[in-house]
Amino acid sequence: MGAGIGAGLAAIGAGIGIGRIGGSAMEGMARQPEASGKIQGAMLVIAALIEVAALFALVICLMVAMS
Amino acid sequence: MSVFLSLAKRFSVVIILMLSIPPATVFALQEGHGTAEKGAVEKKFNATEVIIHHVLDDHIWHLWDHGGTIYLPVIVYSPEKGLEIFSSHHFYDAHHNTVEYSGYKLDHNHIYLTESGQAVLDLSITKNVAMLLINATLLLLVFIAVARGYKKNQGKAPKGIQSFLEPVIVFVRDEIVKPNIGHHYEKFLPYMLTLFFFILFGNLLGLLPGAGNLTGNIAVTLTLAVITFIITNVKGNKQYWSHIFWTPGVPLPLRIVILPVEIIGIFTKPFSLTLRLFVAITAGHIVLLSLISLAFIFQSVTVGFVSTLMVLFVTLIELLVAGIQAYVFTLFSSLYIGMATAENEHH
Repeated sequence: MGAGIGAGLAAIGAGIGIGRIGGSAMEGMARQPEASGKIQGAMLVIAALIEVAALFALVICLMVAMS
Repeated sequence: MSVFLSLAKRFSVVIILMLSIPPATVFALQEGHGTAEKGAVEKKFNATEVIIHHVLDDHIWHLWDHGGTIYLPVIVYSPEKGLEIFSSHHFYDAHHNTVEYSGYKLDHNHIYLTESGQAVLDLSITKNVAMLLINATLLLLVFIAVARGYKKNQGKAPKGIQSFLEPVIVFVRDEIVKPNIGHHYEKFLPYMLTLFFFILFGNLLGLLPGAGNLTGNIAVTLTLAVITFIITNVKGNKQYWSHIFWTPGVPLPLRIVILPVEIIGIFTKPFSLTLRLFVAITAGHIVLLSLISLAFIFQSVTVGFVSTLMVLFVTLIELLVAGIQAYVFTLFSSLYIGMATAENEHH
């Protein structure tokens, strides 16, 4: 059960992080549409980094669930 | 209008090709689990076991049941028995259980001596090693063709595979290496390009059905990170080392406190590089395999259809992740090397 809770918390963390990035990116793009290409690129990269942190927690939860 | 139609035609071909990936993966997943032992009791589908087995390394390469297994060579060295090379076929009997052979036994994919139970030096061509060789061959083929193209088309517009890879190579040079390393970036450019394309091709190959998990193997990512670590610290100039051991611009008692933190900081960089790539790729594969396993757990066609769509969607995300992780690894490597060789700080 701990593994399930852990995985859920990891998903929440990833959701909050990526949501905030997406929000700031949208805001930046709305303020300055010319920069939207760069903002989009940076957003994707940072989303991947946050995703890795969440997936790391997921892998640990899977390891706990199996052993 | 005709432009849209031709675009739609091209996209539909791509989408149809992509839709064939999940069923092929399902097909690859289906073998060996429940259908291998004809006449034996049908084993209940154990999703965890199947997923972990597909993500880890293996001495055999199991593509499909009944004849689709490639038994890779086992190369072991031990002080007692010396160097021995034999096919891993000897380790498996007719019912695909592991048996002991010639003084060696296979336990959870590790080879031990039967009498003493000690581990041996395992230099076998496992699935990941075979994937590594395939990746290296692919890189050599592609880039020797590109180099030959450049030699032939000197001064002319690029043609063929040159024109496909040139934007990517220029992207790595102009967006990743040049801004972060600054001057003398040409010395590090071959390594950065190799790193980028090795990781990119390794990630993409790992997504094919039946492929091995190359860049999701922590030994592989650790090796790449260690190479970056060696290059960073060998090329580190006096400024870099003085910043670590004797941080300037900071009062003396604080320097003593900062010293262990900076020393640990030297090692956290390759550590984070290793873990980032390993976790991203392995977790992506685990998510894909879990979605495919849904169809087997529920044993229903509707769930199979829904899971195929979800797998298609997640595969597209994994393609993006493959590219981004290659980019991020190369970016951080060039950042570290740039910080180590930076030359123009004035205090």
